[in-house]
Amino acid sequence: MLGYIIRRILAVIPVMTIVAIFVFLLLRLTPGDPAAIIAGDMATPAQLERIRTSLGLSDPLHVQFVTWVGLLLKGELGTSLISNTPVTQMIGQRIWPTFNIAVLTIVLSVLIAVPMGVLAAWRHRTWVDYAVMAFSVLGFSIPVFVIGYLFIQAFAIELRWFPVQGYAAPSEGFGKFLARAILPCLTLATIYVALIARMTRASMLEVLGEDYIRTARAKGVKETVVLFRHALRNAAVPIMTIIGTGFALLIGGVVVTESVFNIPGIGRLTVDAILARDYPVIQGMILLTSGLYVFINLVIDLSYTFFDPRIRY
Amino acid sequence: MLRIQERLHHCKGYARGAALGLLAGAALVSGAGLATPAFAQDKTITAVMHSGLRVLDPIITTAHITRNHGYMIYDVLVAVDENFKPQPQMADWTISDDNLVYTFTLRDGLKFHDGAAVTAADAVASLTRWGKRDSGGQLIFDITESLEAKDDKTIVWTLKSPFPALLDTVGKQSAVPPFIMPERVASGSPDEAITEYVGSGPFVFVQEEYQPGVSVTYKKFADYVPREGAASWMAGGKNVKVDTVKWVTMPDAQTAINAIMSGEIDYIEQVQIDLLPILAASEDVTVETRDDLGYQTIGRMNFKHPPFDNKKIRQAAQMALSQEDVLGTLIGNADYYKVCGAIFGCGTPLGDESGSQTLTSGGDVEGAKKLLEEAGYDGTPVVLMQPTDVVSLTAQPVVAAQALRNAGFNVDMQAMDWQTLVTRRASQSKPAEGGWNLFFTNWMVPEINSPLISPMLNGRGDGAWFGWPKDDAVEALRADFIAADTPEKQKEVAVAIQKHNLDEVLYIPLGEYAVPQARSNKLTNMIPSPVPVFWNIEKAD
Repeated sequence: MLGYIIRRILAVIPVMTIVAIFVFLLLRLTPGDPAAIIAGDMATPAQLERIRTSLGLSDPLHVQFVTWVGLLLKGELGTSLISNTPVTQMIGQRIWPTFNIAVLTIVLSVLIAVPMGVLAAWRHRTWVDYAVMAFSVLGFSIPVFVIGYLFIQAFAIELRWFPVQGYAAPSEGFGKFLARAILPCLTLATIYVALIARMTRASMLEVLGEDYIRTARAKGVKETVVLFRHALRNAAVPIMTIIGTGFALLIGGVVVTESVFNIPGIGRLTVDAILARDYPVIQGMILLTSGLYVFINLVIDLSYTFFDPRIRY
Repeated sequence: MLRIQERLHHCKGYARGAALGLLAGAALVSGAGLATPAFAQDKTITAVMHSGLRVLDPIITTAHITRNHGYMIYDVLVAVDENFKPQPQMADWTISDDNLVYTFTLRDGLKFHDGAAVTAADAVASLTRWGKRDSGGQLIFDITESLEAKDDKTIVWTLKSPFPALLDTVGKQSAVPPFIMPERVASGSPDEAITEYVGSGPFVFVQEEYQPGVSVTYKKFADYVPREGAASWMAGGKNVKVDTVKWVTMPDAQTAINAIMSGEIDYIEQVQIDLLPILAASEDVTVETRDDLGYQTIGRMNFKHPPFDNKKIRQAAQMALSQEDVLGTLIGNADYYKVCGAIFGCGTPLGDESGSQTLTSGGDVEGAKKLLEEAGYDGTPVVLMQPTDVVSLTAQPVVAAQALRNAGFNVDMQAMDWQTLVTRRASQSKPAEGGWNLFFTNWMVPEINSPLISPMLNGRGDGAWFGWPKDDAVEALRADFIAADTPEKQKEVAVAIQKHNLDEVLYIPLGEYAVPQARSNKLTNMIPSPVPVFWNIEKAD
C-alpha cells in the first residue's frame, strides 16, 4: 500500500510537468495583452510596448518559460502582472472561501442525498422512488443561478433569514460563516444531491438484487442493517467516486455561484485572470487545480479499500 | 407488511426530525448572522464600484477605477471645479507676465500618510513621472525649460513658450491626473507600477485588507487638512465625515441590487438601466445621475488599410450611421441618453455640434450609397470587431454593421472578448491577416473635452492612437489651440477641429449617455462629480 501511495505521488511530477508546459504555451498562443489591461484605453502603442518590456512579456518564449520554471522550482508561482501581488498570496486569500463552501456543500449533499438514494432504491418503483427521481431530474435541469436567485428571493429578501451576499470566514464566528454560506451551499447542493442520490439509487438497486442481501434478509437481519451495513457499504465505491469528483469540481471553482452570492473564491479569481490575461495567476491556478485533482483521485482510490476490502493495491 | 409500515413510519420520523433540525439550525444561524452583519457598521460606507481595483498605480493606467482610487488616497496641486475652472488644491500659484514661469506654493499642513511633510521635491518628481505618461503632460514637457523645487514649498515651472492651458491640464480630473506621491515613490520608472501606496489625500489605503479585484478599504486620514470652502468636483474642501469607506466588487449586477435593497451596502456607482425598475420599488434607495456629463460612445476606423484609407469611404460610413439608432439599442431608456454631435461633448466649454447634422438626425443611407459609388468602393470587407463581454460595447457594432450593410458595405463582424480586441487593435497588419477596420469604445466626456487630451485627435501617424491617422492639419489645429490664450480663441479653434474631424472622420461621435447611481437614503450631501468621490458624504445611523 505504501509503495502504491509513493508511486502515485511520484506520478504527479510528470503530470504536473506536462500541464505546466501545455498551459504556458496555450496561454502565450491565446490572443491578449496584459499590458493593455494595465495601461488602459488611452495608452499609445509605444507606451504599451514599454510596459510589455518592463513585465518581461517582450522576452522570447523560452526565456519566459525558463524564468517561470525557475520560480516554480523555488516554490513560487510568480507575481500577478496586473495587481503586482504574489500569486501564492492571491490564491491563499481566495482558496479558503472556495474550500469551506465546497466542504459544507459536500457534507450537506451527502447527508441528504445518500439516504434519499437508499430510500429510492428500497422503495423501488413506488411514489418515493419517483419523487426522488423527479427531484434528481429537476436538480440537474435548473440552472444553478436560477436556484440561487430563487433562494435569495425567498430566504434573504422575503423572509430575511440570511444575508443576500458576501462571505465570512469561520474565524469571524461559525454562526456568521454559516449564515452567509448556507444559501450558496444549498444552491450548489441541489445539483450534487441530485447527482449523488441518483448514483446511490442505481448502485443500491444493483446490490439489493445480490444473493447475500436475500440471505441476510432470510436470516432475519434488521432491514436498516441490511440497507446501510450490507448494501450501502457494497454500493459505496461508485458513490465515493462521484462524491470525490464532485468535491474536486467544487474546489476547481464554481464561478456562477460565487458571482451570484459574491463569494471571493478561486472560480472568480481564475475567470478574472483569464479575462485580463494575467498569465502567472492562470498558470498558478491551473497547476493548483490539477494538483488537487490528482490528490483527490488518490484519496478516492485509497478510500475504496476501506469500503471494499477485496480491493488491494 | 406491518414491519415495513413501521419502518416507513420511522423513516418519516427521521425525515421530520431532520427537517426540524434543519429549520432550527437555519433559524439559529440566521439569528447569529443577522446579529452581526458585516456591512452594517456605523460610519462605514460600503460601495459597489463599477469594476474591481487591481492596478494601484494611478499614473501607469488610465483605468477609471484606479483614478478613483487615486483621488481617495492622493491629492493634486490644482483641481478643476464644476465650472471647468482650475482651482488651487494643494498649491496656489502665480504666473509671470510673459506666461513662461509658473510658481506654485504648497499650502501649510500637508502631510503624507506616513507622517512626512509634503515637499516641493515630491511634487516635482510626481509631475515629472506624470509627464511621461499623460498625453497632455507630454505636450507641456515638450516645451518645458525646467521644473524644479526652489525650496521645500515652492515649485518653479519654466516653459520655453507659453502654454495657456497648463493649469487646465495639470488640474484635469481624467484620465490621468498628476497625483502627488513621495519623491522616493515617484522617482521610479513611469512604465513600472509603483509598489508603495502612500499619499496625502483624505483617505488612507489599508494594505492588509486589500484583495485585488475583490475589496479595498480606506480609513479617514486624521491629519488631512481640507481646503477652505465648499467641495466642487475635485476642488474645494474635501471634508471626510465617515470613518471608513469599503469598496467591494460584485460581478453580478442583480446581487448588488439585492444587497442595497436589503441594506447590506450603501452605494452602487453604476446601475444597469434595465435593472432600474427593481430599484424603483424601494423606498430606502435613491437612483440619480451624479455625473451630468456622462459618456460619449465613438467609432474609430483604421486609416492604414482599405477601405477606410479612403476619405470618401470613411465619410460614407459616417453618413450611414444614426446616433439615435445606436443609443436606442445601447441604452434603451431615453432618459439616460442624448443625441449629441459635439466631439468635445455637449455642455462643455468647447462643445459644438457643427457638421454633425447627418449623424444626429438619423443618418443618410442614400447619401452614403452615393458617396460609396463615387469613391469606387470595390466591396473590400470591413472587419468590424465586436466585444461580447462588455455590456456597454456590445450593441454599437451590431447596429453599425446593419447600417453599413444597408449602405452597401461588405461587413465582416467578428465577435471576440475585449482583451482580444485591445490586442488586435494594436496590430497594424492587414485586416485579413489579423488586423482590423473598425471598432467602438466609450469615453468619459472629461477625457475627450479638449483637443489636448482627446487621444483620437492625435494625427501623428504611427505615433497616434489606434487607427493611426496621419493628419498634419489636425496637428496644426492642435498647435493653434495650445497657442490660443483666451477662451474665445480656444473655442474658435475647437470649432475648426470639430468640423475637421467630421470631414476627415478621425472618429465618429455616436452620442452620449449617462449611467445612474443608487445610494441608500442614509447617505446625504453627496456632491455631483464625474468621479465618485467620498468626501463630504454623511451617513445617518
